[in-house]
Amino acid sequence: MNQDCMRAPCYVLEANGLSVTLGGQKVLEMPSLQVLPNEVLAVIGPNGSGKTTLLLSLALLLRPTTGTIFYRGEPVRNGSQLLRLRRQFAVVFQDSLLLSGTVWDNVTLGLRLRKVRGEEIIRRTQKWLDRFGIASLARRQAKTLSGGEAKRVSLARAFALQPEVLFLDEPFAALDGPTRQALTEDFDSVLRETKVTTVMVTHERNEALVLATRVAVIINGHIRDIGSPQEVFSNPADEEVASFVEAGNILHGVVTFQSDGLASVGIGAYQLDAVSDLTVGTHVAACLHFEDITLSVPSQQAPPSSARNHLTGKVAKIFPFGSQVRITVDCGLPLVALITRRSWEDLGLGMGQTVVCSFKASSIRLIPRR
Amino acid sequence: MDLIWQGLVRAFQLIIHGDPAMLRIAGLSLAVSISATLISLVLGITAGTAIGLTRFFGRRFLVSLINTGMGTPPVVVGLIVTILLWRSGPLGVLHLLYTPAAIVIAQCVISLPIITGFTMASVQQVDPKLRLQILALGASRMQLLWLLLRETRLPLLAAVMAGFGAVISEVGAAMMVGGNITGQTRVLTTAIVMETGKGDFALAIALGTILMALVYLVNLCLTIIQQRSRAR
Repeated sequence: MNQDCMRAPCYVLEANGLSVTLGGQKVLEMPSLQVLPNEVLAVIGPNGSGKTTLLLSLALLLRPTTGTIFYRGEPVRNGSQLLRLRRQFAVVFQDSLLLSGTVWDNVTLGLRLRKVRGEEIIRRTQKWLDRFGIASLARRQAKTLSGGEAKRVSLARAFALQPEVLFLDEPFAALDGPTRQALTEDFDSVLRETKVTTVMVTHERNEALVLATRVAVIINGHIRDIGSPQEVFSNPADEEVASFVEAGNILHGVVTFQSDGLASVGIGAYQLDAVSDLTVGTHVAACLHFEDITLSVPSQQAPPSSARNHLTGKVAKIFPFGSQVRITVDCGLPLVALITRRSWEDLGLGMGQTVVCSFKASSIRLIPRR
Repeated sequence: MDLIWQGLVRAFQLIIHGDPAMLRIAGLSLAVSISATLISLVLGITAGTAIGLTRFFGRRFLVSLINTGMGTPPVVVGLIVTILLWRSGPLGVLHLLYTPAAIVIAQCVISLPIITGFTMASVQQVDPKLRLQILALGASRMQLLWLLLRETRLPLLAAVMAGFGAVISEVGAAMMVGGNITGQTRVLTTAIVMETGKGDFALAIALGTILMALVYLVNLCLTIIQQRSRAR
C-alpha cells in the first residue's frame, strides 16, 4: 500500500461525476462509485439499464461524456496513459470473441501485444489452459470450438494477463444450463484463488449471489442500491430494486394501524400485520419472499406456528422446477409461494384447490412508496 | 472452325517456342498490372480501413464516390489520365504519356476504388465488439489495425483478385495512355485489339489464350491461399 492509501481508503477504481450520453440520450449517471481492492463487484440490473456502458467506461474502453475515472488515485486522461492502464485490465465479454488461429494463439495474444516473451509466455499460457481444463485444445482452431470451450479460452486469455482488474460483461449469459453451471463453479474457485479485483455485469441474480462480494443494482442509468449480496437481496433499498432482485411478492397497500413497531397494512380486502415503524397513512410496497409463505390445506390440521397472517385462496398456477414448486394462489390478490416438491406432494395440491397461505409479521418488509 | 483451330495451333507453337515478341508483351502486361495492383493495395487498404472504421462529415458522400469509382469505364479513366499527362496538361512536364508508367497510373485509378471499396466493406463486417475486445487485450492503435486486417484477410484476397482482374483485362485505358507502341507499351489486351483489327485471328487467339492463362494462374494462386487459410 502506498502513502496515499494510508490516509484515504484506497480504491482500485473510482468514478466521479460520471455520465454517458449516447445518441442524445443520457444512458448513465453516476455521481460516485468505488471499486475496492480484491472485491467482486456485481453490477446487476434489467436490460438497457446502462450496466455495459458502466463497465466499458470503467474499463477505459468508452470515453464518458462527463466525469473522471481514477485508477489507484490517478486520474485517467487520454493518450499513452490509456494504453498503459488498459494493459492492467482484462475484459471478458458475453461473446467469446476469439480471433482466427489456434487456441494457443488466442490465449497468448494479450501477452504478445504486451511484448511478453519466451519462457514467461509459455509458463503463463500453459498454467491457465490447464486451470480451465482446455490444455488438450491448445492446437485446435479457435473458431471450431463449442460455446463452452470458447468461453474457457476467453477466460484463460484474460487470466493469463494477470490483470489488476478483471471486467466481465454477462460472461456466461450465452451458455446452456449445464455448461454454465460447470463454468461458474470453476470460475468461482479461480476468483477465490487469485483474489483479482473483479467488476462483473450480469442480469442473473444467482450469479451475483454466488460470485459477488458486493452488489450494485443499476436501473435507468442510476445506481439504486449497493451493498453486500445479503443486504441487497434481503433488504432492497426501494420497490424497483425489490422487483428487480425478485424479493418475492410485492403488494401495494397503506399502513392503517401502528402500535409498538407492529403495523397493520390494508392490502385489498386484507389487513396484514408487518413488523415496521412506518406511520399510519404511509403508502407502502409490502415485500414478501416466496419461500416465507407456508401453505396448508384447511381440512388438515395445520402445525402450530407464530404466523400472524393467514390468507385463504385457490391454487391458480403450479410450476415445478427442479426440486422446488412455485405455486400461485389467488387470494383476491395473487400470492406466489415457493415450496419443496416433497411438501407439494404431501399436501396433494391440485389446481383450483383451496389453500391457506400463512406468513409471519416479520416476513413482510414494508418499503415506503414515493 | 478452321480459323479457331489454326489460332489454337499457332498459339500452342508460340508458347512452346517462347516467341520473344510475345513473351515481351505478356511480361509487360504482367509487370504493369501487378505494379498497379500492388500500389492500389497499399493505398486502397489504408484508405478503405480508415473510411471503414471511422465516422466523419461527408463520409457517406465519399463512400458513394468510391462505389461509383468501382464501376467507372476504363476508357473514361484513359481519357482523364491522357488529358492530365498530355504535353500541355498539368502533368505534362513528367513526359509520361505513352510509357508503361502511364499505363500503371491509369490502371491504379481503375483498381484503387475497387480495392478501397472491398477493404471498406470487409473491415466494416468485423464485429464492432471484436474491435473492443482487441483494444481490451491491450492493443495499441497500430496493433489493432494489424489484427483487424488479419481477421479480414479472406475478403481482402477477394479485393486483390477483383483489382488485378480488372486491370489485366482492361484495354481502353492502356490503349489511350500507352499508345500500343511495339516493344514499349504493347500489352496483351492492346495487342489483341490490333491483331483482330488486322484480321490476324490466329495471333489474336494465341494472345487471348495467354491472357486467359495468366488470369487463371494468378487467381489459382490466390484461391489456394484463400482456401488454405480458411481451413486453418
